[in-house]
Amino acid sequence: MTSAVTKRRTQSRYLAFLIPVAAVVAALLIGAIMLVALGANPLEGFRELIKGAFGSKDALISTALKATPLLFVGVGITIAFRANVINIGGEGQMVAGALLATITALSLPDLPAWIMLPAVLIAGLAGGALWGAVPGALKAYFGVNEILSTIMLNVVAVQLMNYLLRGPLIDPGEIERGTRIPQTERLQGGADLPLLFGDGRFHIGPLVAILAAVAAYVLLWRTPLGYRLRAVGLNPDASKYAGIPVKRTIVLALTFSGAMAGLAGAVLVFGSESHRMVTDGSTAGFTGSAGFNGIVAALFGGLHPIWTIPASFLFGGLLVGGNAMQRAVQVPSALILALNGLVVVFVVATDRYRKRMLARDVRVDAPEPLAPAFGWRPTDGPAPSGEGDTS
Amino acid sequence: MNQDHAVHDEGGTLKKHRLTKLIVVLALALVAAACGDVDTTTTAGEAETTTTAGEAEATTTTAAEAEPFRIAIVAPSASNDLAFTQSIVDAVNVIKSEMGNVDLQVTDGTFVVEDAAAAIRAYADSGVDLVIAHGSQYGGSLQEIAPDFPDTSFAWGTAADTFGLSNVFAYEAASDEGGYVMGVMGAALSESNVIGIVGPVEVGDAKLYVDGFKAGVLAQNPDAEVLVNYTDSFSDVALASEAAQAQAANGADVMSGTAQMVVGAVTVASDQGILWFGTQANQTSLAPNIVVASQVYHWEVVLRDIIAKIEAGTPGGEYFKIDLANGGEVIEYNDGFDLPADVRQLGEDAIAGIKDGSITTGS
Amino acid sequence: MSDFFTTAVLVATAASGVRLAVPLLFASLGETFGQRSGVLNLGVDGVMLLGAFGGYYAVLKTGNVWLGLLIGIVVGLLLGVVSAVISVTLRAEQGISGIGIYLFGLGMSDLLFQKLVGTPLPITKFPKLNIPRLSDIPVIGELLFQHSIVVYLAFLAVPVGMYIINKTTFGMNIRAVGENPEAADSLGVSVSRIRYATVIIGGTLAGVAGASLAIDLGIFQQNLTNAQGFIAIALVYFGAWRPVGVMLGSLLYGFVNAIVLQLKTLAIIPPDQSNFAAMAPAIITILALVIVARRFKAPAALTKPYSRGE
Repeated sequence: MTSAVTKRRTQSRYLAFLIPVAAVVAALLIGAIMLVALGANPLEGFRELIKGAFGSKDALISTALKATPLLFVGVGITIAFRANVINIGGEGQMVAGALLATITALSLPDLPAWIMLPAVLIAGLAGGALWGAVPGALKAYFGVNEILSTIMLNVVAVQLMNYLLRGPLIDPGEIERGTRIPQTERLQGGADLPLLFGDGRFHIGPLVAILAAVAAYVLLWRTPLGYRLRAVGLNPDASKYAGIPVKRTIVLALTFSGAMAGLAGAVLVFGSESHRMVTDGSTAGFTGSAGFNGIVAALFGGLHPIWTIPASFLFGGLLVGGNAMQRAVQVPSALILALNGLVVVFVVATDRYRKRMLARDVRVDAPEPLAPAFGWRPTDGPAPSGEGDTS
Repeated sequence: MNQDHAVHDEGGTLKKHRLTKLIVVLALALVAAACGDVDTTTTAGEAETTTTAGEAEATTTTAAEAEPFRIAIVAPSASNDLAFTQSIVDAVNVIKSEMGNVDLQVTDGTFVVEDAAAAIRAYADSGVDLVIAHGSQYGGSLQEIAPDFPDTSFAWGTAADTFGLSNVFAYEAASDEGGYVMGVMGAALSESNVIGIVGPVEVGDAKLYVDGFKAGVLAQNPDAEVLVNYTDSFSDVALASEAAQAQAANGADVMSGTAQMVVGAVTVASDQGILWFGTQANQTSLAPNIVVASQVYHWEVVLRDIIAKIEAGTPGGEYFKIDLANGGEVIEYNDGFDLPADVRQLGEDAIAGIKDGSITTGS
Repeated sequence: MSDFFTTAVLVATAASGVRLAVPLLFASLGETFGQRSGVLNLGVDGVMLLGAFGGYYAVLKTGNVWLGLLIGIVVGLLLGVVSAVISVTLRAEQGISGIGIYLFGLGMSDLLFQKLVGTPLPITKFPKLNIPRLSDIPVIGELLFQHSIVVYLAFLAVPVGMYIINKTTFGMNIRAVGENPEAADSLGVSVSRIRYATVIIGGTLAGVAGASLAIDLGIFQQNLTNAQGFIAIALVYFGAWRPVGVMLGSLLYGFVNAIVLQLKTLAIIPPDQSNFAAMAPAIITILALVIVARRFKAPAALTKPYSRGE
């Protein structure tokens, strides 16, 4: 009996990892059909996709850079979901963080680099935190559902960004030249994210994101506040009876979540090619939809901050690879976007099987864990002590 | 919640195992195919045309066949948007049919600035001769990328700044000129003397055009009422449609507008018999009954010069503009619309005046 | 400012607000059904876009607006089935599967448009229906009775929705499933069957929303809906999961947008302040909810996948 159980456990673990991979492959197979319909060669397309994502040092750097905002947002989402709060305001929070960071850099141009950099990153945290705290407070104290308020605040954020970048924050050079492109001037060199290995593009953003993920893990499982967040997420009523300030905790959950997204926004600005903030009029033009894709990355990581790291990296690779595929076989970008959606749908759709595999892996006769009210099931990650069996 | 009883679904699970394994095998096969071919394709220099065959591109062939001139376009909206992006894609296709030996790669719909930067960099890295960064928001990135590729030429539009870099061209459209001309004609055609303009965001090319059109209207009829509406979005068609409705409700009987979402305004104009002037592309097909004329961008006029410069050894550092004088902007009339001769004459006079400098659009 | 308060302008603005509300109304009504039974579908915008393209293409090829609407229904229905399979049978994470559908719909509608149509071509719009005699009433006539047919359909759907949810067994089951699926299950109500039905209704109405938008605008373009699907989702919360509330929310949002547009047209809002004006619908919606406050609770089982025996 024991050996059969062990065998099934390892098999299950192995399968649990493979299921999302299989899902991605299935989605890509449909993509292959679409490629053929468009007259492109799918084998070549996917070759370019993999090469573009992981096939060279350059590709890996691009993937890491693309994954960075996904990881930040994903980590933030993880914190919020653990408290049973849905945060789909990532886009707006990224913009808010980026704006505050940019304003900071523009207002204090003479700060020495070693202050400037932390200052803008903190400003990013603050901007995003604010943009998360507002829906949090609206939910906790006014009963305004966070899905509504976050969606509405996304709209407000983009208009604020357009106003500021066309007006008070615009590069004075643009006014002189009469072109009025809505962008800031080239931001202070001191605020440039330092480069790793002296490479032209690889900045410390990915490292900061990984640190953030670790910090989130520590927060959630090693601090009293984290315990309160998780408790409120699992059972708000019991938590209230236990003396946990539920409303305040909910606000904090959204605030942290927003802060992470805000940090993503700041890193985007100061790590960007252009080292300035520029808008095309939409949020996605700045964020690359990281506010949404980060949610997906969080799910891929089983809503556990540490696992969100590889999940973001892989998802980032898919996005980068997709663009490389577009360039190589010259299909419309719209196909890549549709493919992006298919991958998400397939991985999400098969998630239940993955969790089942993992659940089976841990203990066959495990008592049913409390499912938090999002229908979400804790997944197998490095088991923090005191969490219980399946987390 | 877990229906996971070992005995219960052994059969189902088994099937799932097999299915999963099958998919994994397929995945491995794909990966193997991908990796296996790496050697047979020359990575960096690989030029793919739009109809791609899977075989490695052979650059042998006919005797005097020179290397194709490779152009890549990175643009923010769709290639068929009947506006901004379409104008540059059409222009390069004209060049392609003229020059013959041109390879064109297009990455459209790239409104995410960082993705565009990545695309520009990737094309430059792959040995493209001319990368056209067709979006004002790409400038900041281009400024950083171009120095890394001194052997590649870049063209940035719509913009006027070459950053002092020797391998960057800048190009712009004097869209106010055509706007002015059509504004003059619009004012002459209007009976209510209320004219409406629908724009996206008040920046760059859009602002130039709107200002020019308005100036033309007022030059022809200083008492005309010009209603300008920036919808604050490049993509919200419904808002553009309602903006047009709002202007129509205020009595506008002639309208114009710019950017891709303006198609919503055109259909409203078409419904209500309001005359329309288009820009960036020929918009006659949108409403053959009421489109009077369009200012069509013919970027090929400057692209020819740019390519000539590149081939002659000047990879950048110059600024180009399309306008009425050099034929980069052409007022294309809708032949199906009965334009009175005197109004047309006003338009022609305005064109002549702008060309010889006696008329300024005031922008 | 006095320019704005003329009858003609006010009426035109209100009529414009009604038109802008229609796609929101269809989509949020549909989402209301789904959410009332406990399923959150964030992919509404994607379904709207595909429904919009389907409807547009049908009218482009045949000139028949009703066929277009029908295609919108079919597309929405099919996508509703897909969403239902993912959310109900596969019990996937509801928020996220929706985002996948959104991305897919956004890309696919654009791709199909580029490949099947090319550049934007205009299509026939819905006929206007001037209700005889009623439409001649000054002011009210233009405001209420001179719209295109699809506007009337949208507002008719509200009482139909109300009736279904409040007065039929089906509606009662929907509400039961949304509040307490275990109890409903024990009483013999098939939770998945109800949820399938509501999600499919949601998808169908989203498809109608998209098709009606495209046909009413008479054109198609990439990202035609401009993320209105998300606004529609938000309005479900605004409307407290009730058709009337959702209708009021859509009208509020539509009116504010229309007013802002008109104020911009009349130059009462200068261009440099237009961004703040554009924020108005969002802020006003939040404020309205704060003021009206929280008398209604969400369906207790919202976003929780259900499976029997747990």
